[in-house]
Amino acid sequence: MLNVRDLGVAFGAVQPLSGVSFAVGKGETLGIVGESGSGKSLTAMSVMGLLPLSGGRITGGTVEFDGQDLTKLPERAYRKLRGGRIGLITQNPMTSLDPLQKIGPQVDDVAKLHLGLSDKAARDRTEEILGTLRIPEPALICERYPHQMSGGMKQRIVIAMALAADPDVLIADEPTTALDVTVQAQIIRLLDDLVKERDLALVLITHDMSVVAQTCDKVVVMYAGRAVEHGPVEAIFDRPRHPYTQALIACIPRGLDEATRLTGIEGTVPTVVNYPSGCPFHPRCPRAEAICTTARPDFSVEGDSAAACHFAEVADAQPA
Amino acid sequence: MILRYTFQRLLMLIPVSFSISVVIFMIVYLLPGDPIDNLLRVGSSPEDRAELVAQYGLDRNLVVQYFVWIGNMFQGEFGQAIVLRRPVADLVAQNLPYSLTLGGLAFLFSSTVGMALGTISAIVRHPLLDRFMRGFILLGSTVPGFWLALLLILFFSVNLGWFPVSGAGGWKSLVLPVLTIGFGGVALVARVTRVALLDAQREDFVTLLHAKGLSSRTILFRHLMPHALLPVVTILALRIGWILGGAVTVEFVFGRPGLGSLLIRALGQRDYPVVQACLLMLALAVMLGTLIGDVAQASMDPRIREKKS
Repeated sequence: MLNVRDLGVAFGAVQPLSGVSFAVGKGETLGIVGESGSGKSLTAMSVMGLLPLSGGRITGGTVEFDGQDLTKLPERAYRKLRGGRIGLITQNPMTSLDPLQKIGPQVDDVAKLHLGLSDKAARDRTEEILGTLRIPEPALICERYPHQMSGGMKQRIVIAMALAADPDVLIADEPTTALDVTVQAQIIRLLDDLVKERDLALVLITHDMSVVAQTCDKVVVMYAGRAVEHGPVEAIFDRPRHPYTQALIACIPRGLDEATRLTGIEGTVPTVVNYPSGCPFHPRCPRAEAICTTARPDFSVEGDSAAACHFAEVADAQPA
Repeated sequence: MILRYTFQRLLMLIPVSFSISVVIFMIVYLLPGDPIDNLLRVGSSPEDRAELVAQYGLDRNLVVQYFVWIGNMFQGEFGQAIVLRRPVADLVAQNLPYSLTLGGLAFLFSSTVGMALGTISAIVRHPLLDRFMRGFILLGSTVPGFWLALLLILFFSVNLGWFPVSGAGGWKSLVLPVLTIGFGGVALVARVTRVALLDAQREDFVTLLHAKGLSSRTILFRHLMPHALLPVVTILALRIGWILGGAVTVEFVFGRPGLGSLLIRALGQRDYPVVQACLLMLALAVMLGTLIGDVAQASMDPRIREKKS
């Protein structure tokens, strides 16, 4: 359905994103994981064609949707896809809705725009969708303002907006980051159900490896604006071959044992202006050697998965 | 809900009006000089003076004077102008329409042109236009009205002869004063509109509006403009009072009648009742402006409506 190949993004002279590739089909969930600042949200914005909003542009690669290359699509045609065939769910539901307008009209807009429905028909559709998203009393909610609702509720409204025109692809950019833990689980389950019921292709952007393990079919691990490892979720979790992926998996808290301390990865993600030479992860990598500082590693393919590490083969031999 | 909010705001004006009336009443007594001196003929005896003072009630206790004054005000009785020897109400009624016409037109001019310019400069982000706008805004907010008035008179009236130099006859005599007062307003409103629009564009929800597939124009007019209007309305509301009072020097330069000219003349002659009535009018205009602004904002923003009611 959606096929991104070798995507590169630049803001002026800086290149925060390069060589990102992934593909997702109907009924499939693809996870894009990585720490903050690794280029996940930029990837989402590129696919939505919304980079110009923040002053960025696509410098290379293709974003293929349903057989056409979106990077060459004129704005007018792109607008039909946005909200129509590709839905976006954003990170912070608290600020995602226009605070001056009631909920109803904000959701109605989508069906009116893309399905050509009348005000009345669009409202009926809105109420129906809100109902399927397990929102109680949809008619009442439509008359409410965003500030009168909880974060979880608002995120459902945002999801309803993304679904209103029956899209083929849903891009969820950290849909649960700003929510309470209990609500997080509800939203993730909701998305998971939607993929199955509506045969959606879901791109789930997150930094939560456990969410990926629960819901995704495929994973792309991103670091410093590059994909460092990708493959089917089982393969990645059973045998992560990139040290960064291994580190991410090691960070997942296991159980509620008080003795196990929460772990993190040493160091911080480099900012765009000082991406390291060679392998971008080498300053924080426990296995880095001289070659890592100078040469960018190619993908080492194994089965359906691939890792961009000079020692990917060696890593095979070592347990994570 | 909006009615309830308006009512609450109105109630809050009661203590404010009281404090203002006290201040206005007192300020006049703190001024040096005495209107009685203006009325006395040269060589009058102290007895003549005392008689006049008693006639205007100026010999009584200050507190008593205040309550007599405020009581009269409530009955619409503004008293007699001491120097001009006419009912103050007549003077105000005669001058107010001129101020309202001038102020109203200047307000209309500055809000429409200001918002249009602000919007254009926010969406057309051209470096040259940007520099022009910034220069214009700087000029507009710093050039003093009376000086601009003189320049306009020199150019349009004296050199080109398009508009009368002064006076208040017909629409032609309004053009230059409106331009003078409106100029600063245009710059101010343009700046606020521009900044508010740019701020609104950076809000998170705008991304999602684009993601819904809405066109940039729809987003601008249906979503961004209402947001940008909130601060603009506040500024405009504050200007309602300011324009009436701020017209003082401009009225003077153009030799127009109006509340401002009346106030200046009365101040020079220490004509207390007139000064007090004028100040009260201006304070009232400021309060009304603020009230209108608050109510307008509440009707536009559900968050404000709820917080305060």
